[in-house]
Order: sequence, then structure tokens, then C-alpha cells
Amino acid sequence: MQVHKYDVVIVGAGGAGMRAAIESGQRARTAVLTKLYPTRSHTGAAQGGMCAALANVEEDNWEWHTFDTVKGGDYLVDQDAAEVMAKEAIDAVLDLEKMGLPFNRTPEGRIDQRRFGGHTRDHGKAPVRRACYAADRTGHMILQTLYQNCVKHNVEFYNEYYVLDLLMVEEDAVREDGTPFKQKRAAGVVSYDLASGEIHVFQAKAIVFATGGAGKVFKTTSNAHTLTGDGMGIAFRRGIPLEDMEFIQFHPTGLAGLGILLSEAARGEGAILRNSEGERFMERYAPTIKDLAPRDIVARSMANEVREGRGAGPNKDYVLLDLTHLEPAHIDAKLPDITEFARTYLGVEPYTEPVPVYPTAHYVMGGVPTNIKGEVLQDNETVVPGLYAAGEVACVSVHGSNRLGTNSLLDINVFGKRSGIAAAEYAKTAEFVELPENPAAETEALLSAVRNSAGNERIASIRADLQETMDANMQVFRTKDSIAKALADIAALRERYRNIGIQDKGKRFNLDLLEAVELGFLLDLAEVMTVAALHRKESRGGHYREDFPDRDDANFMKHSMLYRDPAAETEGVKGIRFGTKPVVFTRYEPMERKY
Amino acid sequence: MTASTAEPASKVELPASVGGGGEIPTFDITLRVRRYNPEVSEESHWDEFKLTMYGTDRVLDALHKVKWEHDGSLSFRRSCAHGVCGSDAMRINGRNRLACKTLLKDLDTSKPITVEPIKGLPVEKDLIVDMEPFFQSYREIMPFLVAKGHEPTKERLQSPEDRERFDDTTKCILCAACTSSCPVFWTDGQYFGPAAIVNAHRFIFDSRDDAGDMRLEILNDKEGVWRCRTIFNCSEACPRGIQVTKAISEVKQAILARQF
Repeated sequence: MQVHKYDVVIVGAGGAGMRAAIESGQRARTAVLTKLYPTRSHTGAAQGGMCAALANVEEDNWEWHTFDTVKGGDYLVDQDAAEVMAKEAIDAVLDLEKMGLPFNRTPEGRIDQRRFGGHTRDHGKAPVRRACYAADRTGHMILQTLYQNCVKHNVEFYNEYYVLDLLMVEEDAVREDGTPFKQKRAAGVVSYDLASGEIHVFQAKAIVFATGGAGKVFKTTSNAHTLTGDGMGIAFRRGIPLEDMEFIQFHPTGLAGLGILLSEAARGEGAILRNSEGERFMERYAPTIKDLAPRDIVARSMANEVREGRGAGPNKDYVLLDLTHLEPAHIDAKLPDITEFARTYLGVEPYTEPVPVYPTAHYVMGGVPTNIKGEVLQDNETVVPGLYAAGEVACVSVHGSNRLGTNSLLDINVFGKRSGIAAAEYAKTAEFVELPENPAAETEALLSAVRNSAGNERIASIRADLQETMDANMQVFRTKDSIAKALADIAALRERYRNIGIQDKGKRFNLDLLEAVELGFLLDLAEVMTVAALHRKESRGGHYREDFPDRDDANFMKHSMLYRDPAAETEGVKGIRFGTKPVVFTRYEPMERKY
Repeated sequence: MTASTAEPASKVELPASVGGGGEIPTFDITLRVRRYNPEVSEESHWDEFKLTMYGTDRVLDALHKVKWEHDGSLSFRRSCAHGVCGSDAMRINGRNRLACKTLLKDLDTSKPITVEPIKGLPVEKDLIVDMEPFFQSYREIMPFLVAKGHEPTKERLQSPEDRERFDDTTKCILCAACTSSCPVFWTDGQYFGPAAIVNAHRFIFDSRDDAGDMRLEILNDKEGVWRCRTIFNCSEACPRGIQVTKAISEVKQAILARQF
């Protein structure tokens, strides 16, 4: 075991992690730990754009953007955070441009902007051009630009270091009202070096979690194989709550059967969803903005068309994304990558044929709770000194129950920057927290249990069964029975997980070992998502209960907070404690959500 | 190019082909993988796996099938699985490609499909190579915007034509398929290699950048662009369709045309 010491350690080298690193690296001694190489992160797969009310092509302002974000999230958004994000969006885009990001340009040479789902002029009157973009590879350009600037600023990376544990100490403390509690404090992280199989402990004054999402709990997903929710899982195991985990975004246009993302920018540029009868069915569900309704509404509408027998294809199990009325030159200029995906993976020519699409698990709205500085909360209001989170792993909450398209690229830039600055500033005055004795003991025990496992269950088989049940029971339509089925399946899979056997017993590049560890996180998170979904007896944003089809503000206008607690039980599941957290309102009263 | 398009009819006649091609067929393949694990042996060897695959499966799916169902020790990098993260460049039937972008049905499945690590970088285990020398060359060409003068309060202006000038080379995903397909790089690991030059090109031809001369100086080195013999392997290998050899030629011309 080796021990390293840094002022700031950032976990994850996607957009949020590298944006934080650029700030932190110029202020404090910083290391970035990533389980991949920096430019491999899934930020690079984001396509359509990043919204900011630059008003370069038509009238717009950040207040409209705030409103759209709040309404898009079905009013479960913390409005103070949404306001920060929409305001700082403008500088976030300009920062990236100054760092070199090659945005598409208007004839006047300004950053061009296009339409995106749920982003509207004047509180829902009509779609607005707010998304700044670089063809349909905006995420790729953001990731490359941020890495380029990390190179410029000599940011120190530890590539292929898997962080597997978060080290914290607990101190007795007393709240203002006199009640005693245990104050957590961040001390460091434990990581596993893939190349050598060695454990490296990093002691740090401040730690930023920027580990991304957990889409791999589902079978049909736009997410990378590596998006296994490690950061959420680690925090949860260490007693940090997870907020709003029932809210998963299903992106409407995944390539049918594969889940590969086709950007909403296609619809922003004029593409239309059709059913087997050639109908533009979104006219029925969102008469004003039609195909540019928020993703939860479009995804449900698609699933409903299929359910009612109007799906296309031999099994009538998908709908069609029609770009055939767009000029091929326009498609080539604005949507080159996604049309290539359709050609490469489905053999469909988007110039002349509609593309088979179906909703695909895309984004976890929930995550590790933070305040607007990026500080992680150990309960509704207590900050964990020295611990920060940003990006998909975090829940600020700017996305509420449904994230608007482009707001994740924005989230990682705004809150990545904020958390990087806050972590470095904190580290300037803070002392190192002493590491616990045998800091890597639990990680070593976990790894050796997996490495020495000799059961007959294969990791891939358990993971596939988990993904099957989550797709079948926890997708866009949920009921008490379907969720309970998923929960029962997860319990059985946990039993099987006790009996795994891996084949690679070596030290070098042992991905067999790490896939087993990752599956442990997926199982934990699937259970948290499912328990939260069972508890929320209403429909809101990405969480739709057929047995409770309406939003119920009287009982459920609050964030879910799930804690790991051996003494507790929630919805029949032992070891999980349920709490709620109030939603922050500033200027918008909840209204019915119509488009 | 039209900025906006006419609102199409709310109902259209769909072509008959939309029904799709019916059931997706399965087929059998033999996957031949070059294995190497210095913990076990200093020698590499070939392993063969017989697999039944589906019509839309890619080489990556076949590798996963081996790892998940047959031999968990088979080691390779992958992440996004649709050609944007650059993790899984490998030599497939002797050509550098991304495993996640190579459909099995597009290969000759009557013969074994061979998969080897990319060449010219030290092999660590099975299909995993040490990428550090590759990234070292990338870092040396100053792969970041250097703009002199005052920062504007808003964005720097750039015409669509100026933006288009370097569009092709912004697509690079640093997968190393080009560099590790280059015979010059195989024999001389000091050569910067196509990917580094592509990334230099991306900034040299960006109208906002002021450090082009410095990059040209770096690439005028004996291990720089002049080592390129215009063999075109790199252009063929690029999974993003970047015209790599053309970009290298443009850098060569820029060095020759430069004012000293």
C-alpha cells in the first residue's frame, strides 16, 4: 500500500472532474484519479448542446432558462440552484470558448444556438434557440477542450486508478438546537491501480467526487459500460444519503434495440417522431411544442404508442425518427455523427429512411446531495467539511424529477467550476484530517473476497438479470407490482452475488475483479432506486406510476433522501432509512405541467 | 443550407421497407485472439473461441461474450461502445479499427477473425497497450489554444469559414488507431506520429490561435512531420474519417510557407 498526500483530490476525469481540476489545479496541489484515461469519459458522448441565454440569435434571458428548468423538472427543482445554473451558464459557455472550444458560428461569427426540448421563449410560448453547440459532438468538444486545458495547466492525473472507498472520520458534535450528532469529515480515498493491482491511499484536505452516473443498472442504455455508479455507491456505503434516486431519465431516441443515443438535436433541427401509421403522434401529447416536449413526456408518449399497437417494425416495438424531409446538406452539417450511427449500427440511411428509435436509460437525476457550492450534505443541512460533488453523481438539485436536454453539460461546467474553486479555497486553510488506522483494510477485504471467490455464479449473468428486471419493471411505466417485482429480483440477485466466482486471479489489469466490484455498486443502487420508486406514490417527471398517475404536491413535493442504516427498514427492505428534504422555492409556484 | 425547414405533414405515407427485415439472423464465428500475460508467461500465444453471434453484433460484443461466458481473464479496454471514447482501438484482421464500430457481419465470417493489440506501443496484457508514449507526443505539440492580446468580454468572433478550416481535425478521439498503423512509428517510437500532428493541425489552422509558429517549430524537428512518408495507413485507420495524411501535408506546407 502506498500513501499519497494532496491538497485536493478529484475523483473522475469527465467534464465535471476536469472543469474542477482546471480551477483547483491553479490554486492548490491537485491530483485527478480516473478509472479510465481522461478523454474516455462519457461526457464525450453528449451530442446536442449546452444551453445558455446568450441571446445571440433571438431574444432570451436567464430567467426564462431558470423557469424552463424548474418546469421541466416538474417543480422538484431547487429553484435557488436552477437560478445559479441559468445565470452562470452564460459565463460557462464563454469560458469554454476562451479555452478554445470550437463552437458552430453564426454568419456574424458569434456562437450559434439551436432549439432543444423544453427550452422556450417567455415561459413556454414557443421553442427558443438557446443551445450552443458544435455539430452533434458538443460533449466531445467539451471533453477535449477541458483535457487540453488540463494539459496546459499541468494537472496531475492518475489514470486507471479505481477509487473504491471514501475515508471519513466522525466526531461528536452538537446542533444549534442542542441535539448531539456525528459530524463526518473527509480524510481521503482508497484507490486500486489497474495496471499493478496495488492499493494507493490518497490523503487530501478536500475531495471532489465527479464520478458520473449509473446507467448500467438498465439493459437498454445510452451509457458507457463503465457507468456503474461507483461514486454514488461508495458515498452511500459510507453513510452519505442519496437524494431522488427514483428519477431516471429515459432519453426518447435511442437506436432501437441498441440504446445508442441519437441526440435531441435531431428534433431541434426539425426531425419528427412517427408511429407505424406515419402519424406525428406528439401532436396528441404536447400540442404546442410537439416533438420538442421534455424527454420524460416524449419517452412516455413513445412507449404508449407502442403499447397501443402503433409501434413500427416486425415486432411493432419501436417508433420512427423521420429526418427525410431535411436537406442532406443540413443533416451533414448539423447532425453528422448521429446519422453515421444509424448507418453503421442499423444499416439505415437517414436521408431517405426513418430511423427506428426507442427510449433508452440515459441519466440519473438524483445522486449525492450537495448545496450550491458543491459541498456534500450528510443530512438535510449538515455539510461534510472537505467533501464536494459535481455532475451526474451529485444532486444539487437542478434537474428535479426530469432533466432538460443540454442541462447536464451545463451542470458539469457550472458546478464543476464551483466545486473546484470551493475545494481549493477550503484546502488553503484546512488541515489534513488524520487517516484512520489501516485505511485500506475494508477495500483490501472486499477485493480479496472477490479475488478468492470460488462460487459458480458468473458476474455477467447476474448483471444481465439485474438489467433485464430493471428494464422490464422500472422503465417509463411503473406500478406497485412492477416495482415490487424488481425489488424481489434484486434481493435474489444479491443472494447469487454472494456466490460469485471470478476467473482472473492475477494482479495486472484485472478487469474481471473490477467488474465484480462494479456489480456490487449496481446492485446497491438498483435497490435504492427501487425503494425510492415504491415509496413515491405519485407521478412526476421521469417517475410515472400507473397506479398513481397524477402529481401529488400535497404529499410528495419533497426530495427523497435514502440512507444506509443497518437498524432501519423501508418498504420492507432492511438496511435502508427513508427521509425527505424540502424543495427550495424562490419565485415559481407549482403549476400544472403542460406543453 | 436552410436554417429552418417547412413544417411537414402531420401524417405521411411510410415506405414499405419501414417494416424492417424480420428476425435478425444468428451466425457462428471463430474469434482468434492474441493473448499475453507476463504474470503467466513472457510468450504471447493465440486463443480461439467459437461463438454464436447476432446480426447487429460488433467485434466488441464477441470479445464481451468471451470474457463474460468463457474466459474472464481476457483483458481489453472499452467504455462507450459506440465509437466516441477511443478506448478499444485494436488490430482486427490486420487492420486498425475500433472493436465497437466493426460489425461482425461486415467481416468474412467464413474464416477466423483475428484480434491483436495495436502495434508500436508496449503490450501490457492481451489487447491492452501502454498508451503513455502516445499521450506524451500529444502533450508535446501544445494541444491547447494560445491566444494573445486582451480577452474579449464576450466570445472571440470566428467566421463559419474560419471555423470550418480545422473542423476535420477536431474530430480526433485519441484512440491511437492512426499512430499505431504507421510503419514509421513502428520502427521509430520517437516519431510524433499522426495523432499528435492532427492535434497540432487543429490549433495551427484555428484563426483564434497565436502559437502556430511554435507548433510548426516543434514539428519541424527530425522526429516531426518530415518522417511521414505519405503511406496513407493513418487515413485508412481513422475511425472518425479524418483525412489524416492530408492534415499532415497541410502542416508540412505550413512549415515550408512560414516566414522566418
